[in-house]
Amino acid sequence: MKYKDYYAILGVSKDASADDIKTAYRRLARKYHPDVSKEKDAEAKFKEMGEAYETLKDPEKRAAYDQLGSHAPGQEFRPPPDWGQHYAQGQGGFDDIDLSDLFAGLAGRRGRANGSGRTRPQDMAMPGSDYEAVVRLNFEQAFNGTEIDLEMSALEWAPDGGMRRVPHRVKTRIPRGVTNGEKLRVPGKGGKGSNGAPDGDLYLDIEISEHPLFRVSGQDIFVDLPLAPWESALGTTVQLPTPAGTVSLKVPAGTRAGQQLRLTGRGFTRGSGTPGNLFAIVRLEMPTVLDDRQRELYRQLAEASNFNPRANLEEEATR
Amino acid sequence: MNVPTDDAIRLDTVTEVTWTQIVSAAGLPEVEVRELVRYGALIPRDPAAPVWTFEARWLVVARTASRLRHDFELDTHGLSVVLSYVERIETLEAELRRLRAQLG
Repeated sequence: MKYKDYYAILGVSKDASADDIKTAYRRLARKYHPDVSKEKDAEAKFKEMGEAYETLKDPEKRAAYDQLGSHAPGQEFRPPPDWGQHYAQGQGGFDDIDLSDLFAGLAGRRGRANGSGRTRPQDMAMPGSDYEAVVRLNFEQAFNGTEIDLEMSALEWAPDGGMRRVPHRVKTRIPRGVTNGEKLRVPGKGGKGSNGAPDGDLYLDIEISEHPLFRVSGQDIFVDLPLAPWESALGTTVQLPTPAGTVSLKVPAGTRAGQQLRLTGRGFTRGSGTPGNLFAIVRLEMPTVLDDRQRELYRQLAEASNFNPRANLEEEATR
Repeated sequence: MNVPTDDAIRLDTVTEVTWTQIVSAAGLPEVEVRELVRYGALIPRDPAAPVWTFEARWLVVARTASRLRHDFELDTHGLSVVLSYVERIETLEAELRRLRAQLG
């Protein structure tokens, strides 16, 4: 397994007091906790510092960690030969677990042993843990719903009382209309409960990749609709792509830049509820090059029109 | 290996979950979860009902409470205040997402 320097992660020395360790953790947690932080890689950093704190705040686990010796961070290592006898009785091989698993096993075994004192760990009813996984979908999968096949690795108790990593595969149907940041629950697909206790649940954090055209907010979809000035003035019909296929959109005469043309029910649908809408947002695009005839036509238009787009500014300026 | 396909369930305002599920998701002693209800951090469908039920979206709040309680070692009052900030941040982020979606 790979060595992690828990002291360096928390930024404290190896002889730091329990108070120093707590202060260092709290200072870092305030900055990196994923529920409150927008720092880059906050979640990964917080996971690492949480793991370090869980071990160093507990005198017994800290002593066990110190007995692992000093290694370079990331260096492959094995606990000393007598380490397992002192701290991890029944711990099987160390090959398929990582450092945090090792200490989770130590805590779990101690927790189990602190029960009645008569019940063997393997006889106790223990509910399964809840698991959490990030699911990345593309826009179409989120819009239409999809099936995913998750292959995870779960920590479980081995028959010898130690911990081991086992494959945990879950196939699940994602309902249509999920949105970025939404959480879903798959009941009973977390960790296995023991001795009749219920299995844990699996929670899915939905992340949706950006679409080149469509932007999503809640159940509504927004798409830019570029129009030429004469299309905006005279009206037109455009072929507009939507997630459910291309539709003909009638643009009324006199449509303004920034105006939102609503296509009712063309947004995301959640269950049997009312679907969201799709909004085409008008952007006026000007030709960058005009030939002589086009310039002349604009000049004629300017002469023929008494439209003043800055009337409000001029009114304010003359006060 | 043939793995059955399960439905992922939305944690929305339609689906209902039990008090036991909320307590389990919070991973806290029942008395502390009851305090969170008293402080308004978790709201049952009918607070006067003899047996509380919740909209499934409260499972997300309960899990956030569990993380915050564990990671910051907060008491339930501090926890309820932080949860209200988290909710406010989420509301503001949703408004920001909507404005960005409209601006392009």
